[in-house]
Amino acid sequence: MSIETISLSGRKKVVSNKEMTFWERLYLVAIVKGLWITLQHLFKRKVTIHYPEQVRERSVVYRGQHMLKRDEQGRENCTACGLCALSCPAEAITMKAEERKPDEKHLYREEKYASIYEINMLRCIFCGLCEEACPKDAIYLTISKELVPSNYDREDFIFGKDRLVMPLEMAMKNAQLKNAN
Amino acid sequence: MKVTIDGQSIEVEPGTTILQAARMIGGDLVPPAMCYYSKLKGSGGKCRCCLVEVAKGSDADPRPMPKLMASCVTGCMDGMEVNSKNSDRVTEARKAVTEFLLINHPLDCPICDQAGECDLQNLSFEHGKAKSRFIEEKRTFEPENIGPNIQLHMNRCILCQRCVQVADQLTDKRVHGVVDRGDHANISTCISKAIDNEFSGNMIDVCPVGALTDKTFRFKSRVWFNKPYNAHRDCDKCCGKTTVWMFGGEIQRVTGRKDEYHEVEEFICNSCRFDHKNVEDWVIEGPREFEKDSVINQNNYIRPLQKVEIATEKTILMGRDQDRKKISMSAIPLDINTEKS
Repeated sequence: MSIETISLSGRKKVVSNKEMTFWERLYLVAIVKGLWITLQHLFKRKVTIHYPEQVRERSVVYRGQHMLKRDEQGRENCTACGLCALSCPAEAITMKAEERKPDEKHLYREEKYASIYEINMLRCIFCGLCEEACPKDAIYLTISKELVPSNYDREDFIFGKDRLVMPLEMAMKNAQLKNAN
Repeated sequence: MKVTIDGQSIEVEPGTTILQAARMIGGDLVPPAMCYYSKLKGSGGKCRCCLVEVAKGSDADPRPMPKLMASCVTGCMDGMEVNSKNSDRVTEARKAVTEFLLINHPLDCPICDQAGECDLQNLSFEHGKAKSRFIEEKRTFEPENIGPNIQLHMNRCILCQRCVQVADQLTDKRVHGVVDRGDHANISTCISKAIDNEFSGNMIDVCPVGALTDKTFRFKSRVWFNKPYNAHRDCDKCCGKTTVWMFGGEIQRVTGRKDEYHEVEEFICNSCRFDHKNVEDWVIEGPREFEKDSVINQNNYIRPLQKVEIATEKTILMGRDQDRKKISMSAIPLDINTEKS
């Protein structure tokens, strides 16, 4: 047996060069066959959606962009304990702690706070382990649809406290909502 | 004398306590100790963490001891049989003691500088409950300033009295003792009087919780972000053998070298601890190793790494200028010397 005739995969097919018959040369049968498949698909369940008008439902555990929470009095929860940075598998989080001054009691909840808190969004994999590790309920992965806005420079993907801390108005609104309930 | 602890036998000298014998055997059966410190005379017997069950008193008197014994102050007898980890009674008792110690502990580990190397954290990790049953208000003290080097948090204190023994045995003036009684018991006054002494900084190392911490290191970094190195220098007051805790090229903290039971090998003086924070002051011996499960090992690579040489153009490995720029933590320069100038 020569090497040409052995099929190692078992799927070897010999290509034939036989002449087409008259009906095959008309292509009518092939066209009708193809149209039949098209017709079948008209009545099947659609897998696509009309995106901007329709939005797919997100998973209940969807994890969007991070936010550093404030409590009802507008004070930052984060105490720079470093557990988020410790748990981060991508090593995306860095921080620097500072001691709270007596006149900053309305800004920070505890004695210590994060003076610098940075998340490298190029490194972040949105696993949510930081949220799980946080003992102070400070960092949250929100349900924001936009994960990271596009940009040109790498520096713009380092999110500092200016882009991570919950806006004060939102904290006020949360407090009002809580009081209403 | 032959002692059997959890089925393991060892020959010990007369006068050895059960805890010391257990430490000679080592491993899981070593009872936890919060107040006992082998380098300090008269320590132990206060925290009740190291309770063990004595199943057989000795060969001469084989009756079991009716109550659980504090192993750090109970001497070994010939033929004694002790159950430590094997006994359910002991496990229950340690759980209860842990809960008791945590009653007045503020649980502010996220703020505390001791977190990560705290004996109470380890103890409650091993023996603690997940939920607190204590609903009453915790005992609090007014914050007290005891000098520029040592930070006192009386709220975190578990009254092990190790620091009082340091003040008594290492410093020359005997100003020590626990002030007040019961719930109000505190150590502040006696500490602040001994604070000027050259060896007072050892209270920080000796403290099993975060009640006494290094003020020069306060909130600088969590312990697991530091890289600990063994280092030494010529010191006329102490042995000069320390562990330096570095962050980048900066020495953030200097402590004594602690062994596996978190006891310092040798006490160090205050000038080593607080005043020598320049890298030039120290001869760095190598990375300090910690027990396998310690959080301090996190992200530390102590394995010797082989340098990989890639035969290519230098400029390719260095990358473009804009890619080499430090982009995170822009407020902190890479080289601390540029910050100073």
